[in-house]
Amino acid sequence: MNLVDRLPLSQRTATGWQPVSAWGARARVLLVPGLIALLIGLPLLLLLLHLATPNVALWQQLWGTILPPMLWNTLVLVLGVAAGTLLIGTGCAWLVSLYQFPGRAWFDRLLLLPLAIPGFVMGFVFMATFDYAGPVQTAWRSVFGSDAPFPEIRSAGGVIVVMTLVLYPYVYLLARAAFREQAASTFEAAQVMGLSRTQTFFRLVLPLARPSLAAGAVLAMMEALTDFGTVRFFSYPTLSEGVVRVWEGRMDRDSAIELAALLLFVALALVLLERALRGSARYYQAGNGKGRRPARQQLTGWRAWSAFGLCLALLLAAFILPVGQLAAWALLELHQQSTGGWQATFLSYVGNSVSLAGSAAGVVVLLALLLAQGVRTAGEQGLPWARWLARFVTLGYALPGAVVAVGVLLFLSPIDFRLNDLARDLGLTRPGLILTGTMTGLVYAYLVRFMAVGYNSIDSSLEKITPTMAQAARCLGAGQSRVLWRIHAPLMSSGIAAGALLVFVDVMKELPATLLLRPFGMDTLALWAYFSAMESFWQQAALPAVTIVLAGLLPVLLLMRVGDGQTVDTAS
Amino acid sequence: MLKLRMLSFFVIVAGLLTLALAPAAAQGGGVVNIYSSRHYGAIEAPFEAFTAATGIQIRVSQGSPQALLERLRAEGEFSPADLFLVIDAGVLSLAAEEGLLQPVESDILTANIPESQRDPNNLWFGLSQRVRTIVYNPATVDPAATGLDSYEDLADPQWNGRLCLRPGSHIYSISLTGSLIHNLGAEAAAEVVAGIVANNPTYIDSDTRILETIEAGGCDVGITNHYYLARKLSENPDFPVRLLWANQGEDQPGAFYNAQGAGVTASAINVDNAIRFIEFMSTVEGQAGTPAGFPGSNFEFPTNPAATLNDAVSLIVEQSGEVRLDTEFALWTYGSLQQQAIDLLESAGYGMSES
Repeated sequence: MNLVDRLPLSQRTATGWQPVSAWGARARVLLVPGLIALLIGLPLLLLLLHLATPNVALWQQLWGTILPPMLWNTLVLVLGVAAGTLLIGTGCAWLVSLYQFPGRAWFDRLLLLPLAIPGFVMGFVFMATFDYAGPVQTAWRSVFGSDAPFPEIRSAGGVIVVMTLVLYPYVYLLARAAFREQAASTFEAAQVMGLSRTQTFFRLVLPLARPSLAAGAVLAMMEALTDFGTVRFFSYPTLSEGVVRVWEGRMDRDSAIELAALLLFVALALVLLERALRGSARYYQAGNGKGRRPARQQLTGWRAWSAFGLCLALLLAAFILPVGQLAAWALLELHQQSTGGWQATFLSYVGNSVSLAGSAAGVVVLLALLLAQGVRTAGEQGLPWARWLARFVTLGYALPGAVVAVGVLLFLSPIDFRLNDLARDLGLTRPGLILTGTMTGLVYAYLVRFMAVGYNSIDSSLEKITPTMAQAARCLGAGQSRVLWRIHAPLMSSGIAAGALLVFVDVMKELPATLLLRPFGMDTLALWAYFSAMESFWQQAALPAVTIVLAGLLPVLLLMRVGDGQTVDTAS
Repeated sequence: MLKLRMLSFFVIVAGLLTLALAPAAAQGGGVVNIYSSRHYGAIEAPFEAFTAATGIQIRVSQGSPQALLERLRAEGEFSPADLFLVIDAGVLSLAAEEGLLQPVESDILTANIPESQRDPNNLWFGLSQRVRTIVYNPATVDPAATGLDSYEDLADPQWNGRLCLRPGSHIYSISLTGSLIHNLGAEAAAEVVAGIVANNPTYIDSDTRILETIEAGGCDVGITNHYYLARKLSENPDFPVRLLWANQGEDQPGAFYNAQGAGVTASAINVDNAIRFIEFMSTVEGQAGTPAGFPGSNFEFPTNPAATLNDAVSLIVEQSGEVRLDTEFALWTYGSLQQQAIDLLESAGYGMSES
């Protein structure tokens, strides 16, 4: 406890606080976080309100036609991805954490690389390579005959494999941290008691790491639930894809809204699951002082080489080969296009992507800072439940982009038209659609969707700053905002940079909200890759896709750099 | 770390600046803003030819026909688009019906484009034709021996496990189903669709990939637009997939075709530029079969009867004969059956196969 905290609020005036009543001060403290929460929550609340007046006939029709297969597909996908990422992520983390084999130190970090590849990019590369007309099956048939069986690629299995390959690093990252946290003494005790290494794994290490594994798997499940592009390429209808499908395919905005509202509940269930699991999970490694790490067992002979082979195979399948294929296509495209003016188009897509991602990163980081600071101040003043505001605000991460887009339109579109009516009534020039017809609406959607990414990064670095620092500043007469901008923000700069970077890359990859809300001419790299790949123009899709992957490597490199022994903040 | 901080700082500042300064669609001057459902990005030879000839810059926003129609509806009088250029007469006719397009009185257009290829009220004009028809592997399928000559024939159980089709959510499938409803009646059309679904087709959301899968032996029969095959033939004249014009018998209505067409939006600001675009693309030069021509760039049939055919399209005609189109089903009525077609496809589970 600090002296300032013990003083009644009314006496703090001497240290720069306004002379207001306790309740007034509390209300003021909650004003900024409350407004931010309202801003982010409104589109979702409007969607919920829509559910209060459901269109029964529509639901009956949906239930009789496309809804059951979409529900089933979504369930299969989400569970399949959970199983796949748990298996691969945990297995690899176990290998690199507890055994010594050739290349271990390299694999330890390189296995994070697939995080840089957006699911839909992996999807179309995989599709082009492995479907019936692709080179792999063609070679297969030429060796084993034209009737040689090969698993169907356009199937639940195909989508699950693709998504597992890009999403296993979530589990891997958390599992690796959990395995390392477990002190060597625990581990040695088990072996003294006569457990073999395998027994130790299944009976001790795994149960202890369970919360972390589960949290990682839930993150992967959220990504699978919100995916749009990958399932599109595989003609695998899910709920998230369904929102866009009924909107754009059926030209049926009402059904899209109802479906989006339904998805809100599915996402909410996942968020609650994650919260429940996170309660006991740690998202970061404990400091260095927690005791020795278990010694890595040296693998020899065929064991060593099979560990090496397994890791290499995974790395090849999940990163090296797909990126190599993309690079080859991109070079081929550049070679063939050498006469055309593709540079100007390419640069305009880059410009659109960067300005959207940059604006979103800026807005998210700014609001996340204000929110984190507000929640902290509220906590210091005896309002710990202000944290719930922050939790609410980070809900968007579990929501499919199309759902967020629908909510944002429900909110902004009427405002846009009212503004124009108002201008007309006042005899002014009508401004047009200044919210939904410009970048504003789209950046707003990104804010709702990716606030969690920026907030978690900033909040965790704020937590590392001791409160006494701000209290000292206040004693010296600094106000709230001065504390934030002159003390906290500079101290948190690496957290802010990491948050901005993560949001930036997430926006670069984003498809459905961009598709539904982009203003005229605002086609992004991701959209260009998506449109081209939908038409099977693989080469044309490769150049923007490679660019997105390169951008995606930045945060992964950051993750790798802080890999050993330091705090690792994950995306969500 | 410092560099990273600087970098993100600059990105944030630049981002906020562009957000503040971001203009809506360009207005006035030598510009035309197009909502286009073409797949080929902003740079296309016919567009460049137009800009070279007129000095008018083209700005494109791409999307599926339905998505662009949805946008036009939502934006209403504030839509930034001057021109609605989509690959489906059904969507064009819906836009026309809903008052989203404005009539264009142009002697050039009425002279160049036959009455059957434009809206009766001159709300939109067809600029090229694509035939959606049957493709097959000649090594495994003999159309004469199997009696394959119409879309309905694909419901025959002999094609079980041998079909490659586009999913039902795609506009190509929707419009073709609309023509089945028109020609056969709703009930018979539903039976045909159910029969096709019962044949367990492989659904592939790309006509190009359908052709490549047939080439590789993965399917025997599929339905694609003719120009996807023409594009393949232009790259490789020996591409081993053949095309069969559907419904050519005397008692049959002719092959289903669709128009790629353009209309000036009701909200257009650059009306004259938009009209000049359509006029330019309707001339013999704009309708050329060469890559710089509007139909030629995409291996389609021209709507201007005076224009020349593309080489690869001529090759198809050489292989498969002249095509008789189903002109009795008027282009501007396609839209009226679209919702019914969507419902039919969805309730039949077309393209929704559970795995």
